[in-house]
Amino acid sequence: MAIELKNVNHIYGQGTIFEQYALKNVDLTIDDGEFIGLIGHTGSGKSTLIQHLNGLLKATEGDILYNGESIYREGYSLRDLRSHVGLVFQYPEHQLFEVDVFTDVCFGPKNLNLPDEEIKKRAAEALSMVGLDESFYKQSPFELSGGQKRRVAIAGVLAMKPEVLVLDEPTAGLDPRGRDEILGLVSDLHEKQGLTVVLVSHSMEDVARYVSRLVVMNHGEKVFDGTPREVFRHYRELEKIGLAAPQITYAVHALRERGIAVDEDIMTVEEARDALLALWKEKTC
Amino acid sequence: MLREITLGQYYPVDSLLHRLDPRTKLFGTLVYIVTLFFADHVLAYAAAGVFLVLAIRLSHVPVKFMVRGLKAIVFLLLISVSFNLFLTPGTPIFQIGFLKMTWEGLVIAVSMAVRLVLLVLGSTLLTLTTTPNQLTDGLERSLGFLRKIKVPVHEVAMMMSIALRFIPILIEETDKIMKAQMARGADFESGGLIKKAKAMVPLLVPLFISAFRRATDLAMAMEARCYRGGEGRTKMKPLRYERRDRLTYLFYLAYLVFSLFVKIAL
Repeated sequence: MAIELKNVNHIYGQGTIFEQYALKNVDLTIDDGEFIGLIGHTGSGKSTLIQHLNGLLKATEGDILYNGESIYREGYSLRDLRSHVGLVFQYPEHQLFEVDVFTDVCFGPKNLNLPDEEIKKRAAEALSMVGLDESFYKQSPFELSGGQKRRVAIAGVLAMKPEVLVLDEPTAGLDPRGRDEILGLVSDLHEKQGLTVVLVSHSMEDVARYVSRLVVMNHGEKVFDGTPREVFRHYRELEKIGLAAPQITYAVHALRERGIAVDEDIMTVEEARDALLALWKEKTC
Repeated sequence: MLREITLGQYYPVDSLLHRLDPRTKLFGTLVYIVTLFFADHVLAYAAAGVFLVLAIRLSHVPVKFMVRGLKAIVFLLLISVSFNLFLTPGTPIFQIGFLKMTWEGLVIAVSMAVRLVLLVLGSTLLTLTTTPNQLTDGLERSLGFLRKIKVPVHEVAMMMSIALRFIPILIEETDKIMKAQMARGADFESGGLIKKAKAMVPLLVPLFISAFRRATDLAMAMEARCYRGGEGRTKMKPLRYERRDRLTYLFYLAYLVFSLFVKIAL
């Protein structure tokens, strides 16, 4: 039990004409070592939700527990919480500011008041985790490509050695190759470093392959929560809220409607290929 | 946290004040400010107060929303009030050490505070009920006569409308950057002046870079749509005075006459 949200509500601009329910009665438990995909249409409340996880936004109502302790308790150090729950925002441009990549990654650990060697060690570790070698250390973060900037931004948070890593649309604006690289990197961090990961996205296709659990948000409410297979069974409902299951789900369901008995829980093209080949072999034998 | 600054933020409701021609509102604000500046009698302040309260009631903007705009000037208010209170020579009320509070100081401080608050509330009301576009449209039309003496009215108005339009965007951006840096353990609150100033670097660098990027993008987008200044440019919605505007001008006249009367006769 790492993070527990209990009946969390968030209202923007309470008491004005701009008042808006961003979160409605959200209950969510994020366990240690999970890899969660948080999906929702633009404005579904997913970005608001993740900013609650490290206390950047305070819930209008409800409680949030980190390792069993309420983060709204008096005297609870939100700065400590932020080093345990690392949050990487959508645009790396919002956080890169230093003259070179290495110094920028040092910013996080420096704020934790660590000794100098430790800071440098952590920065080097974090940069190698995201696959940036020493040739990048002295480059200006502003001259990097979009994907590289994003790596630096992720490293900047990893250098604080968080236990939970939350990423807000890390693939937005990247080309397909950059997207696969970043998602592969995140998946590696989950497997090799044992990080709990929450990945925010509006694309099912992107996250379905990697995550072990999907949480779907709509209009500030949690509508589905389960393994990708379980969630994709509701593909018609997903469509209604402006999301789509992976294309292969549609193909599989179309096949089943025509009497071809493939498993409805197939999620990837590879699985579908294998299932079809197996069926074909059965027939021809 | 930064959403609280209301200056330059339009409050979208329908009201008489929202429907008025921007020129009418601009002129009204001008009259209001001028009368405030030469006010030196309680009645003049009261008249300005009534003028403001009436305008606020007609605007359908919640007072709570407007008062938030005052937070920005609390510091300025405190400084000017305390300086006036303690540094004006005259009949002392009481004295602590070298600090001497005088009756004259009290009078100046209070009128100063009232004047500042009324001033800020009045101009906030203008931007709350008028979209930046209307505002600059109004300015451009009202000051159009200056073109004859080669003042680039259109260009200035365009710059103003862009600047106003960018305020909320930059505020939002600042909010995002602050959050991104706070997620990395940045601390914008504690520490002395120097530490606080240093803590601003991680905020200002990304902010400037994004502001420049936005400016280039905007310039490109405008040029792509053949913008080349005000020469021969027409409006989609030309400004036209309605009956309500004429009535409002009559009201201004009455208010102005009253203020002048107070100024001269009392």
